[in-house]
Amino acid sequence: MRFNFQRFWAIVVKEFIQMRRDRLTFGMMIGVPMIQLILFGYAINSNPKHLPTAVYAADNSVFSRSFIWGLRNSSYFDLVREAHSPAEINNLLAENKVQFAVTIPVDFSRKLLRGEQPDLLLEADATDPSAVGFAQAAVSGLATTVLNRDLTGPLAKLQATAPPFNVVSHQHYNPESISQYNIVPGLMGVMLTMTMIMITGLAITRERERGTMENLLSTPVHPGEVIVGKIVPYIMVGYVQVILVLLAAKFLFNVPMLGSVPLLFLLVLLFIVANLAVGITFSTIAKNQLQAVQMAFFFFLPSLLLSGYMFPFRGMPGWAQDLGECLPLTHFLRVVRGILLKGNGLAETLPDLWPIALFLTVVLAIGIKRYRQTLD
Amino acid sequence: MDTSDYAIDVRGVTKKFGTRTVVNDIAMQVRPGEIYGFLGPNGSGKTTFLRMLCGLLTPDGGEGKCLGLDFRSESAEIKKRVGYMTQKFSFYEDLNIEENLDFIARLYGMSQRKVAVQKSLERLGMVERRKQLAGTLSGGWKQRLALAACLIHEPKLLLLDEPTAGVDPKARRDFWDEIHKLAADGLTFLITTHYMDEASRCNRLAYIAYGNLLARGTVDEVIKAGGLTTWEISGENLAALAEKIRGLPGVEQVVAFGTTLHVSGRDAEKLNASVSPLISGAQRWTKIESGLEDVFISLMETAKDNFS
Repeated sequence: MRFNFQRFWAIVVKEFIQMRRDRLTFGMMIGVPMIQLILFGYAINSNPKHLPTAVYAADNSVFSRSFIWGLRNSSYFDLVREAHSPAEINNLLAENKVQFAVTIPVDFSRKLLRGEQPDLLLEADATDPSAVGFAQAAVSGLATTVLNRDLTGPLAKLQATAPPFNVVSHQHYNPESISQYNIVPGLMGVMLTMTMIMITGLAITRERERGTMENLLSTPVHPGEVIVGKIVPYIMVGYVQVILVLLAAKFLFNVPMLGSVPLLFLLVLLFIVANLAVGITFSTIAKNQLQAVQMAFFFFLPSLLLSGYMFPFRGMPGWAQDLGECLPLTHFLRVVRGILLKGNGLAETLPDLWPIALFLTVVLAIGIKRYRQTLD
Repeated sequence: MDTSDYAIDVRGVTKKFGTRTVVNDIAMQVRPGEIYGFLGPNGSGKTTFLRMLCGLLTPDGGEGKCLGLDFRSESAEIKKRVGYMTQKFSFYEDLNIEENLDFIARLYGMSQRKVAVQKSLERLGMVERRKQLAGTLSGGWKQRLALAACLIHEPKLLLLDEPTAGVDPKARRDFWDEIHKLAADGLTFLITTHYMDEASRCNRLAYIAYGNLLARGTVDEVIKAGGLTTWEISGENLAALAEKIRGLPGVEQVVAFGTTLHVSGRDAEKLNASVSPLISGAQRWTKIESGLEDVFISLMETAKDNFS
């Protein structure tokens, strides 16, 4: 049979009519890419600056102040904390409060004046190697130039030859900058987000599309029973995924597991349930399965891009970070990386647990409110 | 009969979708063990009415009882005692017959679940087909499965929404035999249908159009209340005759039935005066009983003028 233009055109016209009728889908095809373009275009930055940094200055001299001033001027470091002990620095790094910590030792200026080239300690949270690389490069450059203004007159000889002091870098949690250490645990969260939302998103819309919802509603079953009944089987699917990722992390990628795996097992439940609740809530809003999938994808993309999974969280502007803080994946990434790479316990993960719990509560409330027990 | 003895006893039932009144001030009384036919054109509000009775839709007005329970405030209790068969097959096509029945039995919290499922399979002759996926069943079998599922929790009242649409005549007849058997055991039925032969197998009928109840009673009562006179014309050139008759004063319906023509109207004299001069020698003109269908079409035409 020959290709007939009229027949072909009939299909084209029909597709456009159907596209126009399905307003939500049409909106998603045109509006959502625009939002995402603007959102991600401005938010994503693979050369993060203004990283939160803590300083522990045991030596308070003109040289330490100049160095700190130099750090700040490099635009890579924001000095947000002044620590008073090495232990405090360790905590700040573990709890993800700062990306860097600078320690200026007690005898820094004395050794400097003697020309002994004292060491400065720069510690980095290197769970995400891409977040710290540029900043570290900037800091070694500082060493040669930052004190030039102070080293005048009789001290000028100190700047003539070698740099007056050394910056010793410690990359915590991922000293070899192996990106798999960061990506593989993160993938657990990404996979759970994608599959859990998609599967449950379809669960209720399918009932409605196939007409089985009418039957279900005519029985004595309650909304809570339907929602919880639909969530539980997928919790198990979620756990299968978690086990698979952990096995792969251990045996294929040799990801260190410093913290308690049982603790991770327990905490992942909250994250799984939060994602399932998103899916259920989407499905109470979507009119058909296609819309449910689109909504799931609409949620998935920012989760992927603004959570700190693909790009350093701290590289994003403040508003994008605020947005990212609303997503459960952002917090789960900190939990899973914290437990596996930093060896965090429950206490260190708490600051990231309650936001997931809050998210779950809000989403579930919307879902139950939107689930209609009648066909009205 | 005391009002509380009715299986369904509702008044003033009203439902609006936006500004459109879909069900307008309908009263209905159905006795226990009765097969009550609910007729009306597509979109007349039959399904909406059934859905309100079993709590799937919230009525905007009305009061009354369903199985002795307040149909507005006690719909949760009513759901436990009512079986509702949807117009569209609404069981899980990816579950087999037995799994579907078992699922429904669990939802109703049956204590003797396995027994109930087995009994239901036996009664409907589906024991050998129990492992067949519901999606692969033919129309007639799907309908039997749906009926079986509605019956599994031993309801007192069954609401069947066009249960025999798209089912072949033999299966349809078997289905109605089954319903009569169940009614004899005391079950009450409210059934919507478009088929006149099914309507005449009901104990009593109600006819609604555009949300308004237009007629109710037994088949004979409805026909009588229609006040229609019908003539049957047989002979040659009926098609040409039909064209001529249509629209004449007193002529409300001209319907071709194979080799005959049915002409009806409510004003017998006017009808006679208009039609009889046109009847030629080759055609015969006899007065017959009006059928249910003639009455319903007449009711619908009148309703269209009054309500739309």
